[in-house]
Amino acid sequence: MGVEIAKTLIIIPAYNEEAKIASVIGGIKEYFSGVGVLVVDDGSNDRTRLQAIEAGAKVISHPFNLGYGTALQTGYKYALIKGYEAIIQIDGDGQHDPSFIPDLFAVIQREEADIAIASRFLETKGIRPESQRYEAPFIRKLGIKFFGTITSLIIRQKITDPTSGYQAMNWRVLEWVSSDKFPCDYPDADVIIMLHRSGFQIREVPVRMFENRDKRSMHSGWKPIYYIFKMFLSIFVTLMRK
Amino acid sequence: MPIRNKIVALAFGIGMLLLIIEMVRRRKLREEYSWLWLMTGAFILLLALWFDLLKWITHLIGAVVPSSTIFLFAFLFLILISLHFSVVISKLTDRNKELAQKHALLELEFNEFKKGYPPQGTVLS
Repeated sequence: MGVEIAKTLIIIPAYNEEAKIASVIGGIKEYFSGVGVLVVDDGSNDRTRLQAIEAGAKVISHPFNLGYGTALQTGYKYALIKGYEAIIQIDGDGQHDPSFIPDLFAVIQREEADIAIASRFLETKGIRPESQRYEAPFIRKLGIKFFGTITSLIIRQKITDPTSGYQAMNWRVLEWVSSDKFPCDYPDADVIIMLHRSGFQIREVPVRMFENRDKRSMHSGWKPIYYIFKMFLSIFVTLMRK
Repeated sequence: MPIRNKIVALAFGIGMLLLIIEMVRRRKLREEYSWLWLMTGAFILLLALWFDLLKWITHLIGAVVPSSTIFLFAFLFLILISLHFSVVISKLTDRNKELAQKHALLELEFNEFKKGYPPQGTVLS
């Protein structure tokens, strides 16, 4: 008894990723064939949608840009409507290595946890040392470590990569994240804490991620300051709920 | 600052912060719209506790009594928050129009599709 691949959906939120989306979809089909692939095009104004359709994925296009978290949630709602038993979410910019999808899926299939989160910071054997090093800007690494530590303290379980959007979840978590409880702007460490408080089992899986050499608009300007404010406030009110 | 004023200001600042946080907790106020309110509440607390800062600002802006400074900031805050709302409403209006138009176009396309008319162009890119 476990989840079949046919009842699993891969969700790829994408915003203006015409250059990378086809190879991401191709990579998924290479490592995990027989699975449904859904691209949520978050109001891209390039050829992301066409590229994704050509690569063999289903595409939902938002009428305008709603943000990464909302794009994910649209994918969740679709999966719920269609009766999928598990989903795996992977970024559309090629940062997440699709060869680890089977590892994430295995955790859900074997019912070892309700949600599996890929971490680039977990020490592990079997992964070549040079491919383990993820070079992120120092401040960002500091921020991840900081919120990872806070999260680990609160849920009393070691979390090394709280910002990782590379995850697998079963249908019970799917119901939760499709609801209003899911924080659509910057879903991150606060989601992990909320899930834990709702009684879900969380497991981290070591993976390799690639560097993104292009500048990401998600982390520019005032956003890092707002992100820190939002995370603190969100975590604080989460602890006050229930 | 006279102790009575201080207590009132503190009560007001703390009360405001608690109210905003409670509204966020109850999901009535989104985090993204709460920051200006929280910053203001924190600033009120700061001024209430650090009277010298209030005196310094009063002198800086050329006011005579500290209460003028308080009123000025309250006024500034109301202007800022109104401006913030105007910006948010503008964005919502644009998106609402976008959504309504797309909905209308899709509805027509859908009805024609139901009747079996051959599709001539689509609202989706």
